[in-house]
Amino acid sequence: MKIVCRCEDITEEDIVGAIRKYNCQTLDELKQILRLGMGPCQGRTCLPIAARILARETGKSIEEIMPQTARPPVVPVAIYMVSENEG
Amino acid sequence: MKDKADVVIIGAGINGCALAYELSKRGKDVVVIDKKHIAAGATGRCGAGVRQQWSTRENALLAKKSVEIFERLNDELDADIDFRQGGYLIAIHNEEDMMQAKKNVEMQRSIGLPVRIIDRDEIKEIVPILDPDGMEAIGATFCPTDGHADPFKTAYAYANAAMKLGATFYRFTEAKKFKIEDGKIKSVITSKGEIKTGVVVNAAGAWSSKIAKMAGLEIPNKPVRKEAMVTEPIKRIFDAMVISFRHGIYFSQMSHGQILGGIPSPEEKIGYYTEPTFSFLQRMAYMLGRYAPALKQINIMRQWTGFYDVTPDALPILGFDARLKGFVHCHGFSGHGFMIAPMVARLLAQLITGEKLDLPIDRLSVDRFKGKVVKEKSVVG
Repeated sequence: MKIVCRCEDITEEDIVGAIRKYNCQTLDELKQILRLGMGPCQGRTCLPIAARILARETGKSIEEIMPQTARPPVVPVAIYMVSENEG
Repeated sequence: MKDKADVVIIGAGINGCALAYELSKRGKDVVVIDKKHIAAGATGRCGAGVRQQWSTRENALLAKKSVEIFERLNDELDADIDFRQGGYLIAIHNEEDMMQAKKNVEMQRSIGLPVRIIDRDEIKEIVPILDPDGMEAIGATFCPTDGHADPFKTAYAYANAAMKLGATFYRFTEAKKFKIEDGKIKSVITSKGEIKTGVVVNAAGAWSSKIAKMAGLEIPNKPVRKEAMVTEPIKRIFDAMVISFRHGIYFSQMSHGQILGGIPSPEEKIGYYTEPTFSFLQRMAYMLGRYAPALKQINIMRQWTGFYDVTPDALPILGFDARLKGFVHCHGFSGHGFMIAPMVARLLAQLITGEKLDLPIDRLSVDRFKGKVVKEKSVVG
């Protein structure tokens, strides 16, 4: 068993399974189905690995797969730190 | 690609997926096309709330009937959509709010909703982390049968159930043109080929006005950029969705433990803008800190944008178009398309197959904007 996403506990088998079951073409679909990359690291560990798996399964190139919607902040930030009337 | 279908649905959001299921169940040969994938638009970006507390009878009834479907949906679709009924707590800030709340509650109770007005102490009993002073609340309304469902899981559950019944989904397939003869829809020309059909459903969400225009029809919908954010997961502390129409804020704790919420962005724009803004994050953080001071120390993990497909009265546009035979409207959900999708899909499937409708939808027709419009007031985000 190979863990790909450590935050959400997702294995390579989970990813390959989802790609084959739903004929996934994008990382966004894997994110929706598995919660891949939605944990505290926000995909910095798992998305490049998942992109390689997706490329292998679909025959697409990494360049076709990797541009994925970026969702800020870059690192988790405490609520009080960005509050408009404080700090 | 299939070259014909009974019905072609444009848009694989929650409403397109649910309608595909309801039509397939009734024996129709259905094709769903989407320029991206399932739940790629507003469905996959929404706040996941399922609310029945609306100011207009149309919305409240659609939402109530949808909750009755949500309650049995796991069994019906053979899936887990993560539906939980923790209630919706809606803040009341002053006498003016209180008058509107009383009016809403009266109408909502008349259709059978177990909603009631609660005081400041009860606010803290239901959601202990709330600070009624910070909220500037004199009370709230609470409906315990409101709740949440997982939008991804619900959309995929409907799509999978539809596919099992024979529906075909073409993702990454864009509608390009309609063939129209003698005022009737004849076919949809897509980026992957032509599909002959007598019925086209416009379920394209924020892009519905573009699809309508392709068919030569004007609709009054506008895409409005909305923003949301989610924190790191924490241990379960509350079950209700907390909202305020005056502050525009909504937030709740999801099943993984994250706090998910939104508020109108200071830089809110009409049009297809997808950039998240820092001013939204500042506003959201400030208001969340006022409502629930204990949350100030937890981390925000990500923010994102999505679109409300907004109509002049914030009510959806549903049903056939008298100007073009075979063209069905299923859009204009104005920020609450997810929570009413189960009933909307059932009604439109009944309409398309010529069955008797469980609820009348004439007042939601595209023709209503000619006269005076009665606006839905209970909108957040």
